[in-house]
Amino acid sequence: MADHQPAAGILFTLAWRNLWRNHRRTLIMLIAIVIGVWAMILFSSLMAGMVDEMVRGGLRTLPGEVQIHHPDYRDDPSIANSIDAPQGALLERLNNPPVTGWAARIKVPAMISSERANRGIQLLGVDPAQEVSLGFDPTNIVEGRFLEGPDDKGLVIGRKLAERLETRLGKRVVIMSQDPDNNVADRGIRVVGIYQARLQATEELNVYGGLETLQKMLNVDNQVSEIAITGDDFRQVASWWPQIQQATGPELETVPWMELDGYLESMMKMQTSFNVIITVVIFLTLSFGLVNTLVMAVFERVREIGLMMALGMRPGWIMYQVLLESIILLGLGLLLGNLLAVATILPLEDGIDISALAKGLEMAGMGSTLYPSLRLSDMVLSTVVVLVLGLLASLLPAWRASRYNPIQALART
Amino acid sequence: MTAIRCSQLNKTFTQGDQIICGLDDVSIDIEEGSFVCLSGPSGSGKTTLLNAMGGLDKPDSGEIQVGDKRVDLLGKSDLADMRLHSIGFVFQAYNLIPVLTARENIEFVMQIQGVPTAQRRDKAIAMLEEVGLADHEDRLPSQLSGGQQQRVAVARAIVSGPTLVLADEPTANLDSTSATQLIELFVSLNRERGITFVIATHDTRVMAYCPRLIRMEDGKIISDEERTGKSGELQPQPS
Repeated sequence: MADHQPAAGILFTLAWRNLWRNHRRTLIMLIAIVIGVWAMILFSSLMAGMVDEMVRGGLRTLPGEVQIHHPDYRDDPSIANSIDAPQGALLERLNNPPVTGWAARIKVPAMISSERANRGIQLLGVDPAQEVSLGFDPTNIVEGRFLEGPDDKGLVIGRKLAERLETRLGKRVVIMSQDPDNNVADRGIRVVGIYQARLQATEELNVYGGLETLQKMLNVDNQVSEIAITGDDFRQVASWWPQIQQATGPELETVPWMELDGYLESMMKMQTSFNVIITVVIFLTLSFGLVNTLVMAVFERVREIGLMMALGMRPGWIMYQVLLESIILLGLGLLLGNLLAVATILPLEDGIDISALAKGLEMAGMGSTLYPSLRLSDMVLSTVVVLVLGLLASLLPAWRASRYNPIQALART
Repeated sequence: MTAIRCSQLNKTFTQGDQIICGLDDVSIDIEEGSFVCLSGPSGSGKTTLLNAMGGLDKPDSGEIQVGDKRVDLLGKSDLADMRLHSIGFVFQAYNLIPVLTARENIEFVMQIQGVPTAQRRDKAIAMLEEVGLADHEDRLPSQLSGGQQQRVAVARAIVSGPTLVLADEPTANLDSTSATQLIELFVSLNRERGITFVIATHDTRVMAYCPRLIRMEDGKIISDEERTGKSGELQPQPS
């Protein structure tokens, strides 16, 4: 018997027209799929935005996506474990893409004292221009000014720290730490600026002074505690940090943010897992409706199916036809669901005010604004899940339709 | 030449606790180009025999040969192919696909045969003209009368040039005029194209046209009556 394939046109025509025979049922199912797809993408975007904020917040605190240290610095962040400022091949690497900014800084534990109180802090000796390239926002200065250069003699403290120390702009405070020989190194410095940060903990912890000023105070010559580096996208850091490692050499430790903060990395992994789980759960719920629609659609036209088989349509083609109905329905739902998601999520990317929840979320490193992040990968994920699970759910009614005996089907009343 | 050869066909059905005999040792030969009626009361086995000939149902035992093919030995896909290429069917009711227009219903068989678009469109329109429905091509079955629907079904049955048409109670739902028009269409196709017609019916109007009338009862052939003359040469008369 000659083998032949039916024109796809007739299968599509039948599938399309059969779908709209009961247009109310099809529309209800279509709307359910559209809302389901939209909900999946919206949820993924909110989750992605939330995790991005947490990671970015974490990186601002670290800061940088990659750090270079003395091998013992992470265990003992004292000035004794300092390294040379970048030069040669490393400097060349840092001044070229994909690196977009870097800062060499002193970062040591210290005490700060006002006339009324004292606190333990993290003392940062910085070149302000480098810090700005790395992400420090000078508009965060709420009083006074930011440092004007590495030789600036002033100090910039956080708003919360100023409250704790009961000090203010223009007051002199005493900074005390240790030099490389473990001698006390201290200096009285005037507060020239007060900054605000997204997290109060940051405002209490980080105190900025001029890099050269603090190098002199700590008796180190062109030495820094760390070199912090950033690129375009923290998610892409795995692709370029080994180049930095190669340029630094084995005597220094080069660490990407995922290793510096395992919590942030696990948050990202958890977000991906949540997306898959939620997407699957939403669609499993939808699939009951889809199966019901197809079962009813097949049940209502058993005679037609028998007739088509009697006329020479192979069982496999009957199955394709029912699956095609499912694909058309799912395809329409996906198209409209994705369009709806783009239309509703893109305008929200400027941020959603969640200040009512922000106090609780601050613990997790989030600010008072949530920035939904619409990603192609999330849209592809929901599309693949809907198509694969939808087709799996459609297999049963399609298979049942193809198993009808033409005589029994034609005899159905 | 023999169009259909059935040898010692047996078929039983189970209905609840009862076993019903559908075919009981049925053997017949039907020549090519003949016009044959299977008649008998409901449950006599005429539809069962017709379905077995068309490969829609399998006998429990016995052999069926249609042309050069042993129908009882073919698998589902080969049976589907045989029905698609060699046999035309006309059923009692629900003969057309409701979402397709008259022309599309006729094109349907050619589409699953893979006939190119322009060719099948021309053939479908020609067939509609032949059955007298040239200006009904874009109507859905729900917009056609019962007789018109059956004529579209006949056009679909013969459009791909089958050598055999099996019709099961084709006039059962038709008024007298439509029934006569339909049976005369069968007769003209039989005479002009040499298509073999096997019609299961208990409509005396149809039987009156048949040169060969096979009567069945309880799954058995109780008479096989040959009348002289071709289909259409016989005058319609009560049986």
